[in-house]
Amino acid sequence: MTKPGLRQIAFYGKGGIGKSTTSQNTLAALVELEQKILIVGCDPKADSTRLILHAKAQDTVLHLAAEAGSVEDLELEDVVKIGYKDIKCVESGGPEPGVGCAGRGVITAINFLEENGAYEDVDYVSYDVLGDVVCGGFAMPIRENKAQEIYIVMSGEMMALYAANNISKGILKYANSGGVRLGGLICNERQTDKEVDLADALAKRLGTKLIHFVPRDNIVQHAELRRMTVIEYAPDSKQADEYRQLANKIHNNKGQGVIPTPISMEELEEMLMDFGIMKSDEQALAELEAKEAAKAAAAGA
Amino acid sequence: MSQSADKVLDHFTLFHQPEYRALFERKKKDFEFGHSDEKVAEVSEWTKSKEYLEKNFAREAITINPTKACQPIGAMYAAQGFEGTLPFVHGSQGCVAYFRTHLTRHFKEPNNAVSSSMTEDAAVFGGLNNMIDGLANAYALYKPKMIAVMTTCMAEVIGDDLGGFITNAKNKESVPQEFPVPYAHTPSFVGSHIVGYDNMMKGILSYFWDKAEDYSVEKTQAINIIPGFDGYAVGNNRELKRIAAQFGIDVTILSDVSDVFDTPGDGEYRMYDGGTTLEATKQALHAKATISMQEYNTNQTLQFVKEKGQEVAKFNYPLGVTATDDLLLKLAELSGKAIPDSLKLERGRLVDAIADSHAHLHGKRFAIYGDPDFCLGMARFLLELGAEPVHILSTSGSKKWEKQVAKAVEGSPFGAAAKAYGGKDLWHLRSLLFNEPVDYIIGNSYGKYLERDTKIPLIRLTYPIFDRHHHHRYPSWGYQGALNVLVRILDRIFEDMDANTSVVGVTDISFDLVR
Repeated sequence: MTKPGLRQIAFYGKGGIGKSTTSQNTLAALVELEQKILIVGCDPKADSTRLILHAKAQDTVLHLAAEAGSVEDLELEDVVKIGYKDIKCVESGGPEPGVGCAGRGVITAINFLEENGAYEDVDYVSYDVLGDVVCGGFAMPIRENKAQEIYIVMSGEMMALYAANNISKGILKYANSGGVRLGGLICNERQTDKEVDLADALAKRLGTKLIHFVPRDNIVQHAELRRMTVIEYAPDSKQADEYRQLANKIHNNKGQGVIPTPISMEELEEMLMDFGIMKSDEQALAELEAKEAAKAAAAGA
Repeated sequence: MSQSADKVLDHFTLFHQPEYRALFERKKKDFEFGHSDEKVAEVSEWTKSKEYLEKNFAREAITINPTKACQPIGAMYAAQGFEGTLPFVHGSQGCVAYFRTHLTRHFKEPNNAVSSSMTEDAAVFGGLNNMIDGLANAYALYKPKMIAVMTTCMAEVIGDDLGGFITNAKNKESVPQEFPVPYAHTPSFVGSHIVGYDNMMKGILSYFWDKAEDYSVEKTQAINIIPGFDGYAVGNNRELKRIAAQFGIDVTILSDVSDVFDTPGDGEYRMYDGGTTLEATKQALHAKATISMQEYNTNQTLQFVKEKGQEVAKFNYPLGVTATDDLLLKLAELSGKAIPDSLKLERGRLVDAIADSHAHLHGKRFAIYGDPDFCLGMARFLLELGAEPVHILSTSGSKKWEKQVAKAVEGSPFGAAAKAYGGKDLWHLRSLLFNEPVDYIIGNSYGKYLERDTKIPLIRLTYPIFDRHHHHRYPSWGYQGALNVLVRILDRIFEDMDANTSVVGVTDISFDLVR
């Protein structure tokens, strides 16, 4: 039996935004709040647990299943690895790029974990999900009775904002029929213009809040090179405290999630223009003309 | 032409007429370009060898004639055992035709089921609209009391979320909010029909039991029985009810297909008939205990029942004297009632019948194949008869099952040669039969090819039986059921005996009137 108060959360976000780094650091901090945690990596790259396990990449459920013949031949002990401070780690795994169906892999792996009692005896299950919501399989963690809150990792870059809005659309689809809610946005600093304001504005438009702004700090890279979280590598650093704050906020955010109100493409672009991130067609054209005129003037001289 | 309207020849005769023979010859010569008859015979001989057996068992990349069907068939079977229930298969249409045909060929009864008919666009955009329209149509056209939703591979690969879809469909008023629409995800590429059965049973029970408001209701003395996927269900479920009535126990069979697959031809069409009533299914939550007749059909369901505070017990297709003893003792223990004298009498009669025929059964070697539970039950019964189960094979069999079989035959002198083969198929069995021959094969209709190739007589005792009629109407469980099975085995032994002693002046010295 799963614990009655089991919290299931998921991290979504554009590829390369730092989901895995953010989630692993946050979860490592969550252990300090005496929480027992299971991480379920839902990315064929299988890099959602490397900082916790101090390993390059762990053997995935699907890889082991393929070796054993089928998923039915697997035992839970085969796929669950124990990492930093007893955090349990599982990677769903998936096919090589260009073949097969990674979404189905996520479904298979999560079904296997549930059927074999992986969720027993933990306080948190955290799903780390690849990129945008791309198909039904990647939405598996937000189905009914799975993740209650989704945290979207984003930054002030345009594509990250697009992705955050898109993921909200995915959540909205499932929120109407089930219990999944948007827990909030986590902004990973990329040092773009007006980043905090922009993240905050998008959060408001989506009907949620910017739960934390994680500043950029090279110590994260130093820790990563050593396959460690900042919490472990430099527990007294300022950055470690940032992750602790985020962990605290998530821990206290139980039941605070909302049904998101995603905006249309036009609205999103308008918002970006208001912040001067994106130029309107007229602006862009005027600039181009000015440039060409300058070129022509230079050539004429 | 040999065919004429005055005297229509059927296929047995027609295709042996000269012009058809010539046509087949010409087709072979001009179009098939196969190997010579000599070469074919040579290779055929080679497939019987020890060398081939070793290659066959080393095979990795292909399964030939597995002893299992796919999940949705099991789910459809389980769903049909409930009152007024329409199975609704979310996915592509052709799959559903196959599920229906498969069950109909065995039970010789119509199998009503609908499909959400997903096509290319649904594969890309998801099948939500198919669910919304499909549920609305099915509800309006066929007026079921419950619609049980299961899936085909297609819906599973694209990850359609049944729970969410059904809620959405209800919100769009496809069916009323309170109308029961339980569901189970049943990908065909995982597990088998027995896993699908398990998933659907759990789905239906969770639907009724999870929303029950009052868990504190005191448990009643009633007992639930889950029969599992069983080709003999019509006879067996009725036998279970007869036994319960003799005990005086209040028994609910969860998914009772006995009347569903045996509707009378009395001029009245019944789209739905029989099945466990929805009210009884609801009330079954408060039963004292739940018994599974087939452990491997109910792994998840029993776990779920246990979590609801019921006692659970499991059997492996209880067939024969000891297995029935165990079942009756369990019923007695759970109900606190003594085993009725009438059943004790039946037991005595069965033992007497076995003793009467033991000379013909003693030391006879058998191969058994089928579902894991059936194989276990059958092997145990053969040991009781003094017969020897030798090859016991189940494609759905796991390592755990292999150990369970080994334990079941351990200690019996008749079990010394027994070996369980989990995950193997009928082509493996073929090699085994040539290299370590047995006297009889116990299986289903697919065994007829093994019988033809190996000349070892087949006894059809498990699903699917397509080429013999009505056996499913007779029980194989209980003392009466064991008697039926005993007679079926003996009949085949005697027919075989007669066939082998029928040449006048050559073998007829043993062509005896009395056996």
